[in-house]
Amino acid sequence: MSIAKLQPVDSHTGAMPSDLASLETWFDQRLDEKLAEREAAKTPSLAIIATKGTMDMAYPPFILATTAAALGWDASIFFTFYGLELLKKDLHLKVSPLGNPAMPMKMPFGPEWLQHINMPIPNLVAGNLPGFENFATSMMEQTVKAKGVPSIKELRDISIESGVKLVACQMTVDLFNYSKDEFIPEIADWIGATSYLVDAKNADVCLFV
Amino acid sequence: MEATQTLDARGLNCPLPILRTKKSLNAMQSGDTLKVVATDPGSLKDMVSFCTQTGNALLSSQQTGGDFEFFIRKA
Repeated sequence: MSIAKLQPVDSHTGAMPSDLASLETWFDQRLDEKLAEREAAKTPSLAIIATKGTMDMAYPPFILATTAAALGWDASIFFTFYGLELLKKDLHLKVSPLGNPAMPMKMPFGPEWLQHINMPIPNLVAGNLPGFENFATSMMEQTVKAKGVPSIKELRDISIESGVKLVACQMTVDLFNYSKDEFIPEIADWIGATSYLVDAKNADVCLFV
Repeated sequence: MEATQTLDARGLNCPLPILRTKKSLNAMQSGDTLKVVATDPGSLKDMVSFCTQTGNALLSSQQTGGDFEFFIRKA
């Protein structure tokens, strides 16, 4: 490298560093500047893996991806295993207190004092009472609506509208004998683990849900 | 403060106030001011982060009664 090609660094004198020590200092300084410049010009990106098909676990990927898109980030969600349920044309997502002990069981309506009481349901009841899952799902849907939290369908529509890239796992379709007609046409791509990893490698934030 | 447009985000919860704010700003001109009224307490901090990240200016942020009012100037 020819030193003569370097630009003057000292803004006061316009002088070129001559000795090795100041040349190194100059180089480090320029490198920091360039890296900061590159960092500032970069569009941040988010890559999420969605593997669950229940109503409660459908929220995190869609909330984070739509918010990232609103911040101007590039966002993508890779749906695999039960996560593919979230891409069905007809969404029938359910939630169950069975095997989900942290789920609060509170009334979404009625007097204020009643809405604050948690009524844990024993697994024996939740697991054996026919229709209990539907009941719990319906209660959760009403709670969500009453609190002004969007539905999964609404969040999915916003994701599509705001350019979140929805990609689906090809292997899962074959595994569970799904037909691609069952899924929304907005799916950007059907890919495998390799393609996903290549995309995820460059993401600033990568989450597994 | 004069606003070019007002967004009523009352009764909406995370992440809708931010998503609606972004949508409203998209349809506005640079330099326009958007007033957002929200009831979500989380929006107080979220709006600061949103504006820092997107480069829009958060002119003011205040609580009046149970409502939070934000004035944002589009970059």
